Amino acid sequence: MTGYIVRRLMTAVIVTIGIAAISFVLLHELAASPVNAVLGPKASPQAIRAWNKAHGYDRTFLAQLFSYLNNLVHLNFGYSYKQGQSVGALFDENAGRSAYLSGASLVLALIIAIPLGIAQAVKRNSPGDYAVTALTFALYSMPSFFLGLILIQIFALDLHVFPPLVSDNITTTWGAITHPAQLFLPIVTLAAVTVASFSRYMRSSALDSLAQDYIRLARAKGLSERVVLSRHLLRNSCLPMITLIGLSIPGLLAGNLLTEVLFNYPGLGLLFYNALGNEDYPILLAYTVIGGVLTVLGNLIADIAVTAADPRIRFD
Amino acid sequence: MIEFGAGEVAEGIPPFGSPNAPTTPPEGGEVALLASGWRLALREFLSNRLAVAGLVMLLFFVVFCFIGPLVYHTNQIYSSPLGTDLAPAGGHLLGTDDNGFDELGRIMAGGQTALEIGFFSAAIATVIGTIYGAVSGLAGGLLDGVLMRFVDILLSIPLLFIVLVLATKFSATVFEESMLIGLFSWLVPARLVRGEVLTLRVRDFVAAARVMGATRSRLVFRHLIPNALSVVIVNVTFQVADSILILSFLGFLGFGLQYPAASWGDMLGDAQTHVSAGYWWLVYPVGGCLVAVVMACNLIGDALRDAFDVRLRRR
Repeated sequence: MTGYIVRRLMTAVIVTIGIAAISFVLLHELAASPVNAVLGPKASPQAIRAWNKAHGYDRTFLAQLFSYLNNLVHLNFGYSYKQGQSVGALFDENAGRSAYLSGASLVLALIIAIPLGIAQAVKRNSPGDYAVTALTFALYSMPSFFLGLILIQIFALDLHVFPPLVSDNITTTWGAITHPAQLFLPIVTLAAVTVASFSRYMRSSALDSLAQDYIRLARAKGLSERVVLSRHLLRNSCLPMITLIGLSIPGLLAGNLLTEVLFNYPGLGLLFYNALGNEDYPILLAYTVIGGVLTVLGNLIADIAVTAADPRIRFD
Repeated sequence: MIEFGAGEVAEGIPPFGSPNAPTTPPEGGEVALLASGWRLALREFLSNRLAVAGLVMLLFFVVFCFIGPLVYHTNQIYSSPLGTDLAPAGGHLLGTDDNGFDELGRIMAGGQTALEIGFFSAAIATVIGTIYGAVSGLAGGLLDGVLMRFVDILLSIPLLFIVLVLATKFSATVFEESMLIGLFSWLVPARLVRGEVLTLRVRDFVAAARVMGATRSRLVFRHLIPNALSVVIVNVTFQVADSILILSFLGFLGFGLQYPAASWGDMLGDAQTHVSAGYWWLVYPVGGCLVAVVMACNLIGDALRDAFDVRLRRR
């Protein structure tokens, strides 16, 4: 087990370095130096050369890559000249709100998807099962921004229950947490897309567990159906969900981006979106790398958690 | 689509010639057997009502988007500032948009680009991924490790981010956008094909071909890829769905095709304003088409996967 974790950690480190290197290469191809952002389009060639030299953008590509990697190790994500702030400070400011949006929607998705999947498996091939399958299939095929629009139409414009956009007054993570009505539609939008894929996996995982001997034994012992489902089925069929949560991180980040743009909710996704429009490459590079690192971390934690939770998995 | 954790090497695969190698009857050789396998899968597929519904839906959209404009003539090149945001009426069956373009005609035009980019990028991704995966799986050892770590790395970078960043520079034409999406979507097919090849390469028919002096490229193209084809075909359909979704994200965020080319995502870019203004015809028809096409591809992919999966037959 320890050997496995060490090996897994080493792969994760290599992959992380690779992510940073590849992102840097791509961004370097698009914009080798932020000099245009700083000096403006009318700067003289001499001034551009001088600025590049002063800030190290005249070095060889490899030298720049290594200093970039070195900065990353020291958690220095660069400087956004367009915003006049370090990228790290901008991320500090926005990360909490994004984490709240993702975290709340993930929890909501799990609360809905796990019982839903189990119910579908227990009542498999019933009209209810088919209806839920059809619904999740439609949700799964729906771009999250379109789902968000439908929710805005129903809950904001027709019923006037929730606001169509997140209010500009929400400036802190605490503000977001204490105003649930403001965040209701973004969280539900993001959760619904996740529910669609989670419940399908939960259903098939529960179906697999239902066919196992320990379920038959539990029933044969005369345990009530409630105990069988909540003690024996739930815990066993949730194991694949651990992996699934780890793998859902890139999807969550993408969903975050679209949801934040749609609802104008200030988080990392909206920051990234605005940086795209401004061609603010330091922010784009940093968020791409952070997204990659979060994905790797998600996979790593999920793998370790599964080995810890499932005694059948043993690595020698 | 779910693919399993970065860094996962198929450790259960016995090495070449080990006593644990699968002892299934010789396969791959008999063409008749293979053909009946395909026919079985086809029958299985056609008996799935949802799959047939998906296929019909997809065919409908192909006809609607490519033949439709020949029947329903609209101007999609010159904007008409005097006829913007008109509600549906006789002249414009689905009204007009902010630029005065006929919305129904625009949906057809946007559908063309969506289907073209969806299929083209899926083709690019599939060809690259299949060859890459087959080579990696066949090579084994250090080369396989290096090639697969590269896939792990690219797979860990959220696809939407990297495509969006590159779309700030190249996404003006159908070709560019297909390349952009295709060149970053071959990772999943590469992994799937490698996994198949790892199990195939220890089978007797591959050993026989090798003993008969088949070259590596013959092994890959004649023996490994054809036998891994079912996995590839299933993945293509999901890839078309994913590409169309990503395309819609790019369009919605404003980094899609260059105006006046139409794309469904672009058309939904101002949807929030339109919803508030009550211009329902600019939001729901196009959104419905987008969901329907993606769902059709997903339904077909799901059914194909079941049809090819022998274990699921007659259950």
